[in-house]
Amino acid sequence: MAEFLNDWGLSLATFLPIIGAAVMLLIPKENEQLHKLIALATSVAVAVFGVLLLIQFIDNDDYGALNFVVDKSWIDVIDSRYIMGVDGISLPLMLLTMLIVPLCVIYSWNHFPEPRNPKAFLMLILILETGMIGTFAAQDLILFFVFFEVVLLPMYFMIGVWGGENRRYAAIKFFLFTLFGSALMLVSFLALYFLADPTMVAGELTRTFDMRLLPDAAAGIAKSSQVWVFGGMFLGFGIKVPMFPFHTWLPDAHTEAPTVGSVILAAVLLKLGTYGFVRIAIPILPEAAAEWAPFIGLLAVIGIIYGALGCLAQRDLKRLVAFSSVAHMGFVMLGIATLTDFGINAAVFGMVAHGLITGMLFFLAGSVKERYHTLDMTRLGGLLVQAPRMGWILGFCVMASLGLPGLAGFWGEFPAILASYNPAEVLAEETFRSYMVVAAVGTVLAAGYLLWMFQKTAFGNPKDEFANDPNVKDATFSEYLAWVPLLILILLLGVYPQLLFGATDPAVVNSLSECLESATSEACFDAAAGQ
Amino acid sequence: MGALSAVFGAEAVGEATAASGWFLENAWLIWLFPAVSFLLILLFGKRFPKGGSEIGIFAVGASFVFGVATAIQWISEVEGGGSKGAEGEYALGAGALSLAAEGESSGGVSAVSRSITWLTNGAESIGAGILIDGLAVMMIFVVTLVSLLVHVYSTDYVAGDRRYTHFFAFLSLFTASMLFFVTASTTLQMLVGWELVGVCSFALIGHWWEEKPNSNAALKAFFTNRVGDMGLIIGVSILFFAAGTFDVIGVNEAALNGTMTHTVTLAAALCLTAAVMSKSGQFFLHTWLPDAMAGPTPVSALIHAATMVVAGIFMIARLYGVFFEGYSIGGSSLNLLALIGGVTTLVGASLAFVQNDIKKVLAYSTISQLGYMVLALGVGAWTAALFHLFTHAFFKACLFLGSGSVSHAVHSFDMKKDMGGLRAHMPHTYRTFMLGTLALAGLPIFSGFWSKDEILVGTGGWGFFGGTDANGSYTIMLVMGLVTAALTGAYMTRVVYLTFFGEYRGHGTPHESGPRITAPLWILGSLAVVAGFINFPPGFQLVPESWREKFFQWVEPVGVSYFPSIKHATPSWSLAIVSVIVALAGIAAAAYYYFVRVRAVSPMATELPNGPTRRWVLARAGHSVLVNKYYLDWLYTRVIVGFVKGPLAKGTNWVNQHVIDRVVNEVGTRSVQAGNVVYHKVDQLVVDGVVNATGKISDASGEELRRMQTGKVQQYAAIMFIAATILAGIFIIVI
Amino acid sequence: MYLNTMLLLAAVLFCIGVYGVLARRNGVLVLMSIELILNAVNINLVAFGAFHATVVGQIFALFVITVAAAEVGIGLAIVLLLYRNRRSINLDQVDLMRG
Repeated sequence: MAEFLNDWGLSLATFLPIIGAAVMLLIPKENEQLHKLIALATSVAVAVFGVLLLIQFIDNDDYGALNFVVDKSWIDVIDSRYIMGVDGISLPLMLLTMLIVPLCVIYSWNHFPEPRNPKAFLMLILILETGMIGTFAAQDLILFFVFFEVVLLPMYFMIGVWGGENRRYAAIKFFLFTLFGSALMLVSFLALYFLADPTMVAGELTRTFDMRLLPDAAAGIAKSSQVWVFGGMFLGFGIKVPMFPFHTWLPDAHTEAPTVGSVILAAVLLKLGTYGFVRIAIPILPEAAAEWAPFIGLLAVIGIIYGALGCLAQRDLKRLVAFSSVAHMGFVMLGIATLTDFGINAAVFGMVAHGLITGMLFFLAGSVKERYHTLDMTRLGGLLVQAPRMGWILGFCVMASLGLPGLAGFWGEFPAILASYNPAEVLAEETFRSYMVVAAVGTVLAAGYLLWMFQKTAFGNPKDEFANDPNVKDATFSEYLAWVPLLILILLLGVYPQLLFGATDPAVVNSLSECLESATSEACFDAAAGQ
Repeated sequence: MGALSAVFGAEAVGEATAASGWFLENAWLIWLFPAVSFLLILLFGKRFPKGGSEIGIFAVGASFVFGVATAIQWISEVEGGGSKGAEGEYALGAGALSLAAEGESSGGVSAVSRSITWLTNGAESIGAGILIDGLAVMMIFVVTLVSLLVHVYSTDYVAGDRRYTHFFAFLSLFTASMLFFVTASTTLQMLVGWELVGVCSFALIGHWWEEKPNSNAALKAFFTNRVGDMGLIIGVSILFFAAGTFDVIGVNEAALNGTMTHTVTLAAALCLTAAVMSKSGQFFLHTWLPDAMAGPTPVSALIHAATMVVAGIFMIARLYGVFFEGYSIGGSSLNLLALIGGVTTLVGASLAFVQNDIKKVLAYSTISQLGYMVLALGVGAWTAALFHLFTHAFFKACLFLGSGSVSHAVHSFDMKKDMGGLRAHMPHTYRTFMLGTLALAGLPIFSGFWSKDEILVGTGGWGFFGGTDANGSYTIMLVMGLVTAALTGAYMTRVVYLTFFGEYRGHGTPHESGPRITAPLWILGSLAVVAGFINFPPGFQLVPESWREKFFQWVEPVGVSYFPSIKHATPSWSLAIVSVIVALAGIAAAAYYYFVRVRAVSPMATELPNGPTRRWVLARAGHSVLVNKYYLDWLYTRVIVGFVKGPLAKGTNWVNQHVIDRVVNEVGTRSVQAGNVVYHKVDQLVVDGVVNATGKISDASGEELRRMQTGKVQQYAAIMFIAATILAGIFIIVI
Repeated sequence: MYLNTMLLLAAVLFCIGVYGVLARRNGVLVLMSIELILNAVNINLVAFGAFHATVVGQIFALFVITVAAAEVGIGLAIVLLLYRNRRSINLDQVDLMRG
């Protein structure tokens, strides 16, 4: 079993969804029930696979190194190989994906958005899943790029076909904006390929896209070039995070997307950007990272405050949650910008926590939309009266989102703030300490908008418009089924964060270059380059 | 299963006498009982005949018993000089948690601490555990006792409420969080407990959230606390990096032995002070406390009088090394902490005068008394502060529950409109309320007298016949304390008159409350009388020596490495007499005003029709400043929050939509326009134009050449002939 | 005989023939002029043959006569048909192939 998982586990986990989608392709569109069953079966099978991989991962007990590594030749002409592997950073994100997708399928069971067409909708979800899992597992830059792009088209269609009123605009904006960043990212990847030293691959000295070998190979690149290459990647990943000021695609995409689309977008797609930073940009180009870090930190804290302020001005519930994503990802990016173990651990935890919490918030928003047919908070109210369980769950998620200790969100925010007090040796302490203060102010604003939202939506009495509406009922069985795993995880990770930190910490320690911690970074980096 | 196994914190043990005992080591059960009860009540409470309150009472009762047992064990340790528990390092088998004796002690008993690994970060492991010493034991006692009494009280008070079960669930969660907070061994845990009690406060203040003012109050409480929490987060971060650990004992030691520089310690202390200001209602972050009275009265009694608001006091007490060093409390005459405390006492007392709602008076009174505690900590009178916390919990809870009993009878909290003359109708409530009032005013022999006096002596500002040998000479604080003592007596007299004397102004028939309300009142009232006896000052001749200073011996960690060596002022009878006179003066003034002058107007009157505020402009202005709560609420709600929520947020959104997004959209539209230009102008006209032009040229040339085709044979022949001639010519000439 | 005289005769006949072909409207006259051209060429051929003391010129001339005969046959047939259809053999009026 271990052998099988080691060789085939990741590839199966990645491609099983698309096989499921292919099977669905052959079945005529009228068999809705069959389509739903196949989609559910496929996503649950992938989730089971994920659990098996997790068990094997724990058994291997080597969280810092890549497990389940696959290394086959793929496109020899450009020295791109099919390399997959997961370590303590990618595995939690992969498991998050594998968890969210079946829950989305369950949630959609009776709630397909207009125009229906379960076949196409579920197929798109499955293709998305392949793209997402592949991105987290890929260890070759071209392979990573392929999977990174694969997620764009299904999401474009989901927004563009099943979305709200302004869906065409939102879909195109999302697609082109992100693609623009990816184009620059690809240029950076190619630059890495050409500028890095050739390394030994399969017995011969050749240029490579292998992410495992590039950190050493790229050490010899001149610092000025490194900064430019990092800049390209910064744009590509930064647009996806989304970082201020490249975030404007997010509110529109989230507002117009169907519920499940928003959930997947928030829970996983946003993590692709930050994951790219942690996996690719920083380990491969630590010198450039140190140069860019203050700027990234600045944009991050601006994002925290800006996102919070933007939230306070919204009337649409989904748009508010979308802006809150900008704020939360600001914390994640701040953690990354500190270039320390604490910070990046916080960032990875924050990624998982945000995925769970904001995924839940979007699920709730979708359910609210379905019952009230509006997300205008001036018209909502009294959810706790009409649908108390849902109101409770919303309250729970609100508390989690504002970073209440004891729930998962806290461990994404607090260590980031903690790390800002003491950033990597090469970075200026004063800058980051001022970022820390701003981020702390951000937590206050987070409490502000979230509680204000909760007061408007859940407290008080229902407005006359909906007071006697029979449509506003409490959570249904399929909704509970979709939500309970997320709620349990939010609580569990909040109370015992070691569950996640135990896995990510070794990997983070491994991925960070020691030079970032050394007091004389210039000498250290030069020395490293000279080796 | 590497990731899921807990790493055990084994600490090296020095020459220490560690306390040990089963209850001390398993004190984490104390908070576990209410936590489990919270879950049980939520899930199953509705099915119980009493709506889940049974579970709550049982759990808190169990915690109380456990707490008492722990206290007994601790006291026996202290009295017995500590047992020789942990010598050397040992782990009780591979699966056990190891015992630790923290820090070195010279004659003192150091705390019991146990920990497990909570998380690892950067290959460092951060632990979580319990830290039990006199301070923790005292807090556990207070919290569990008051919580238990409040639980019993609530079964009557909240009976029939729309969310009875939910109420008890959150009472349990609150108790669990507070107990978690006071037994915390790391600053990180304290942060967690701190926020959790904040959430419970939010949920309980907003218990009747259908009405907007209640949910507004809840939001205000949470939000104001969050502002202070910024300070907590930053302070904890600073301490972590300066001391290298989250461990409370480690942090204190680092502050005291010079590992942390003075600047850093001061910075940390300032940040933590901000947190204390919001949580413990210090001026100027106190504005949430009066509004929090929107919650049910038992909640006010438990959370906003006895327990949660003292979390800040507890935190200062716990991390006293940081504060003592940071503010240089020893040997000075003014520091920020003492100043904040002093100002708060005055502000709270002054605002208590103009309230018509009995609970709001008590809320401001709480603010004022919390000011006393902070003041005491600020002048170095550590034990005095905690002693006052101890006594205040009882008499304030008694007062709050008494007001609840009154409101239960008259269905209102407005003293002027609906109360009066209740002395005859509600004897038990009246008597216990009086006990609480006398304790609060600080009259001998009531508990408040002993604790307040110890604070005043501790300021070191007196110095006549005692009051010497304090940590500094904080004369200003002494003055503030004395003035407030007078004010306290005065406003409480006003309350007593308006509520219990005169004639009944309301509309119903008030009657005494049932036993489940009056029994807790009597218990608390009795404690308000006797709780002070636990800490007779040294040199108090009327009791044997072994009875004196018990509280001090049991609670203050003397001679351990994690507590600064503070001085203790010698008790002063002269100061005690002066403070009593001052308090009596305040009472007398108010008594004169109300019992004599107002009553002379009419038994139903509540104020003089032609009183000072009507006659003197200055008094009226002062009155309106007080009624407007020093315009702080206006500043916070209208100005700051209004600005952020209104213009700032809307402005940001405008910038987002019209500036940033405009750029994106402009890029889009310009690209489309560029595309149009390229298509229409360049492609269609130029490129396609070339293509079309070729066609046109062919066409035109064709038209021209067509003219040669006349159809006339002879012309064709002519052309052929000419061509042949030319060719022939070429042939001959060239070739 | 003098070659030049022969050539001159042929040239004159040729020019008269060309004039007739290009400038006259009568179809039969054009055909006659074509004959004249061809015969002028014949004279040229024979003259050169005699000049070079070879028979080749005369053989070529025989070919030309044959072709001329065939061509006149067809030409006359065309003119006849032309006359039958239009009652006129004015070549200026035959411009149906005008482009």
